[in-house]
Amino acid sequence: MAEIMYWEALLRAQDEEMARDPMVICMGEDIGVAGGTYKATKGLFEKYGEKRVMDTPISEGGFTGLGIGASFLGVRPVIEIMSVNFAWLAMDQMFNSAAKVRYMSGGQLTAPCVFRSAGGAAHQLGAQHSARMEKVFMGIAGLRVVTPSNPKQAYGLLKSAIRSNDPVFINEHELMYNMKGEVPDSEYLHPLEGSEVARTGSDVTLFGYNISVHWCLKAAEILQTQHSISAEVIDLYCLSPLDRAGIRKSVSKTHRAVIAEEDEAPVGVGSEIIAIINEECFFELDAAPVRVHSAFVPQPYNHTLEAAAIPDHDDVVRAVLKLFGKA
Amino acid sequence: MTLDDKKRVLQEMVLHRRFEERCYQAYIERKIGGFLHLYPGQEACCNGVMEAARPGHDYVITGYRDHIHAIKCGSDPKVVMAELYGKATGSSKGRGGSMHIFDAAHRFMGGYALVGGPFPLAAGMAKAIQLQGGDEISICFLGDAANNQGVFHETMNMAKLWNLPVLFVCENNLYGIGTALDRSTAVVDQYKRVCAYGVEAAQCDGQDIDVVYEHAKVAVDYVRSGKGPYFLELMTYRYRGHSMSDSRGYRSREEEEHWKQRDPINILRDKLIGAGQLTMDAFQQFERDADVYIETEVIAFAESSPEPDVSELEHYVLA
Ligand SMILES: Cc1ncc(C[n+]2csc(CCOP(=O)(O)OP(=O)(O)O)c2C)c(N)n1
Ligand SMILES: [Mg+2]
Repeated sequence: MAEIMYWEALLRAQDEEMARDPMVICMGEDIGVAGGTYKATKGLFEKYGEKRVMDTPISEGGFTGLGIGASFLGVRPVIEIMSVNFAWLAMDQMFNSAAKVRYMSGGQLTAPCVFRSAGGAAHQLGAQHSARMEKVFMGIAGLRVVTPSNPKQAYGLLKSAIRSNDPVFINEHELMYNMKGEVPDSEYLHPLEGSEVARTGSDVTLFGYNISVHWCLKAAEILQTQHSISAEVIDLYCLSPLDRAGIRKSVSKTHRAVIAEEDEAPVGVGSEIIAIINEECFFELDAAPVRVHSAFVPQPYNHTLEAAAIPDHDDVVRAVLKLFGKA
Repeated sequence: MTLDDKKRVLQEMVLHRRFEERCYQAYIERKIGGFLHLYPGQEACCNGVMEAARPGHDYVITGYRDHIHAIKCGSDPKVVMAELYGKATGSSKGRGGSMHIFDAAHRFMGGYALVGGPFPLAAGMAKAIQLQGGDEISICFLGDAANNQGVFHETMNMAKLWNLPVLFVCENNLYGIGTALDRSTAVVDQYKRVCAYGVEAAQCDGQDIDVVYEHAKVAVDYVRSGKGPYFLELMTYRYRGHSMSDSRGYRSREEEEHWKQRDPINILRDKLIGAGQLTMDAFQQFERDADVYIETEVIAFAESSPEPDVSELEHYVLA
């Protein structure tokens, strides 16, 4: 197993899939000649040419719709939307066309396309460049939503997404492209559904996805070493459909739950998980579940305000200690 | 413009250039964070148009490359710099940053980060002016690549349909980040694209401020007299990368050199010297004065200003 970066994992997945299937194409702003804002398409333009690696105009609604239309006829486009903040412009096509066409046509048409987009607060990018929007995408029937927390998942989920006959939204994070991790040397397809136990524990379950998995892992370490609390960490790499069985299983074991998300509450991944816990295993709970999330404000520019607005591992630790009556 | 006007504008453009270069340095020093899009090379566009318009009276809106547009409308450079530093004294009290400078008092209605976003907002402000019967106009400064957004076309149609007093200024610097215009756009002459909507349009050099001013005067007069929207395309060039992490691999050093030969500040300077209205010494004094002002007032203010109070994180979310 080689250690590679998250962006290299995405690149390898796209390269392999393009080599395997001539109907796989990539589209997006500055992805071709410039190699992509996050390098996830570096070298593909030279290798596959401009017909399959398309530098698009700044027309998110247009090129997303065009990619979806191509997918009706069997092309498998990987559509990079530079930032989820710009995805608002593409959502009409993603939601009204891609997500609904299979149902509206009684299964006659399908939109096998992949949308990749970077979300999350990076460093002081301000209100219009820091959105987390997974909560919007996961509420749309007909669209799969996955969000890799490490290079292995990035590689395996993207490959599976390209082969999926459903539209798949892949939620990436601005700050994670240079993260290193082991990826199998041989081809690997990650399941598009389910969840992963990232760390086993017995006293409390910490639910995270994408970047917040790393806050949870760090928090679990601190809880173990400094407070003798054994935390289990569940990586919800699939946000739609959510893994109800996995959630039930872990909470039934630990009887306590904390959900960590970078997005704001109200209305978020946290509220949904808590609803599932209530529906699946309410009587297993020893304490009311807690969510850790951003302040309900547009993201501020100033670094101190920004840090105050978004949570991190310390907030997860504090939430757990509160749950145990220790804070 | 009178000769005195030209001398004043030259001095302003020197300040604008030095302000932006100082931002670059402050970014390297990590005093400024986030994205930073600088304006050097394009100064004659904003200055030429606004000299023909009424800064502080007409409404102006633009994208993320917005510092100089705000200053030209009347914003205090100190307050703009303080915003770039994220300070409580900044124009948005540290909440906006480089891409989001606002100064409602001077009718600078903001910098927006989503490409194309300001088009309909500009038309909407023009609608308000029309309803309220004022003599202001609405001016929208955006780039070339922005015209590929659907909302550009929707806005041109509505602006003409309702005869709105809005001037669209396209600062065509030939690139959208690293993609050359002819690789993203079927019709590269931007002014031709609005003909389909019946919007009056022109294209001209954006480096010689006299040329910009003449064309802008026609455009501004047209819009202010109630004839409807106007689209003015200015051919220009940005010297620096798109934002800070841009090694400019998509264009040649020869091309950059070619444009630097047509530097807007040098063009105006040389004209004034040629006309016997300015000496090289006097020009260099402008530069020194700008540097001293920026250092002793603008930077000093930003440096010494307080950070926003974290307990006020949730202020300004709702009225
Ligand atoms: C909706 C949207 N899509 C993409 C981007 C990323 N982006 C920022 S600036 C830019 C290029 C814009 O070029 P142009 O309109 O020519 O303006 P310039 O920067 O050259 O002044 C792009 C693609 C964005 N900010 N918003
Ligand atoms: Mg441009």
